[in-house]
Amino acid sequence: MKREIPLLIAGIVGCVLVIQYFIPHTPFGTLNDVFSDWFSIIQATAIWLGALNLIKVAGDKVYKKQKDWPFSLIIIISFFIMVVVGFFFSGGRRFLEPGTPFSQLYDYVYSPLMAMMFALLAFFVGSASYRAFRARNKEATILLLAAFFVMLGRVPLGDALTGWLPQSLHMSNVASWIMNVPHLAGQRAIMIGIALGTVSTSLRLILGIERSYLGGE
Amino acid sequence: MKQKFWLGLLVVLLIAAGPHAQESATAAPDSGASPLVKPPGEVIASDTPNDAGGSITIKWERSPDDIAGVAGFGGYNILRGTSPDGPFESIGETSGGGDPDDPMHKTYLDNNTTDGVAYYYAIDSKLNGTMARAITATAIVSKQQWFNFGLVNMLIATVFLISAILYFISSAKSGKKLYIRKIAGLEAVDEAVGRATEMGKKIFYIPGTQDMDNVQTIAGLTILGRVARLTAQYEARIDVPVSRSLVMVTAREVVKEAYLKAGRPDSYTDDMVYYLTDDQFGYAAGIDGMIVRQKPATIFYQGAFYAEALLLAETGNSIGAIQIAGTAMPSQLPFFVAACDYTLIGEELFAASAYLSHEPRLLGSLKGQDWGKAAIILALLLGFLIQVSGLFDFASLFSVAGG
Repeated sequence: MKREIPLLIAGIVGCVLVIQYFIPHTPFGTLNDVFSDWFSIIQATAIWLGALNLIKVAGDKVYKKQKDWPFSLIIIISFFIMVVVGFFFSGGRRFLEPGTPFSQLYDYVYSPLMAMMFALLAFFVGSASYRAFRARNKEATILLLAAFFVMLGRVPLGDALTGWLPQSLHMSNVASWIMNVPHLAGQRAIMIGIALGTVSTSLRLILGIERSYLGGE
Repeated sequence: MKQKFWLGLLVVLLIAAGPHAQESATAAPDSGASPLVKPPGEVIASDTPNDAGGSITIKWERSPDDIAGVAGFGGYNILRGTSPDGPFESIGETSGGGDPDDPMHKTYLDNNTTDGVAYYYAIDSKLNGTMARAITATAIVSKQQWFNFGLVNMLIATVFLISAILYFISSAKSGKKLYIRKIAGLEAVDEAVGRATEMGKKIFYIPGTQDMDNVQTIAGLTILGRVARLTAQYEARIDVPVSRSLVMVTAREVVKEAYLKAGRPDSYTDDMVYYLTDDQFGYAAGIDGMIVRQKPATIFYQGAFYAEALLLAETGNSIGAIQIAGTAMPSQLPFFVAACDYTLIGEELFAASAYLSHEPRLLGSLKGQDWGKAAIILALLLGFLIQVSGLFDFASLFSVAGG
């Protein structure tokens, strides 16, 4: 029963959601929103499981003085600072309003940290591109050339260098052609495969053939 | 004498003007007071098709002044009432100019109607502060539809694909052998787990940053089952840091079951699967830190990823871990290809479960998928020939409305 009931729920909900896509009439037309709301409620409730698990795992590490335990201590302290400031020192339900201590922590500590992580991406793109664009074989050389033209076509220098050529050979036009024709064609092929794979996987889940996510084969 | 003359003239003018003013008001109840702007042509309202009710589409012929591009033309006011004689309340306004696909007409969507109530619509054209009105001839009622006819093509495609998948599933169940091409990324799973075992290091399994309502996360967890079973057999250590509570609960079930099936339930602990944070970059920072400090031998990235994909994969690459990625996010695939040893591209992620288990019914579904692909390739070739020959607009067969 532990496995049959989830399979039954997945099957029924899956079928209903497929049907509602084609039927706008009540109650079908509103079912997608209803199920989305249910999922949001379950998700919001389940956040406690995650939060408790985080504290338990980090607490265990600190208590047993395991390797790298100071990082876990930082997690616990940060977690409780945000919770305590949000609950008790930020005007109750107004905690998200500008100027409250909670929103200040969010704006001046949390957001810059996230922005810093995002900014690291620029350096990682550089190192990954360096590896990917090395002309080791024919395919990599084509990739290198395509990347060179696209990058050059995206800056004014590209057109300045090719301004004497016919309009269609200006670097910005070459870059646009690469992006709109070979790149888009390849991406669409991948997306068609993804769409078919999604339908196929969904059907396997609805029919209960795919049950690995429940721990079965 | 002079006063009498002016008084007499005033009386004469009033008598002369009186009947004309009355005639204007009665003769043209459906037009604005001023003749300076020409009213719109015929106004037609109809129940918006293929919707869940609550909407009426109003279409009218543009005012001649709008068509002629008279300077100062101020667009149209759209008004609604329950009687042709009014009163009408304003529900919106729109500028002049025709619809892109029908230059002589304007369309407005009233999405705030009550189903079952009969409405009349009035359109006022505006020019330099004057207005002229046209009203719908009949009442219109909005209602809900039982089928979205704009999605007939989708229904046909869905039925075709589902039929093909079901056919091949049943054919696979009857024992027919199905061919499946080799997927390098999945072939390497055994090697990757074995390497971690030999090195005595951990395996990290990252199931993406999306929740259980994302099919990629589910696909990622099906691969986790296989990896966890190998880990249990090889007595290696697996860590599954997750960014969603529901994924944590599900992943625990998957890993626990895998250890049970491998005959090592005692090796399983709940701490193998743990929650970090829901935040995208917080999650990436947490895992990057663990990768740098713990230096796992193998890292799997299987699921839905966004900008954190490269942050994770490049950090893993920097410590020399063997990395196997799989995602159906087209924008992140190049990053994984550049930074990982193997990458499951799009549909390969969804095929992994069938590939790894060799379960005939799952393999059958892959074959059905291939027929879907064949149908799309055929449609592309046909479409190319028909569009080029100009027989008819083949592409319009694939346009969908609503849904």
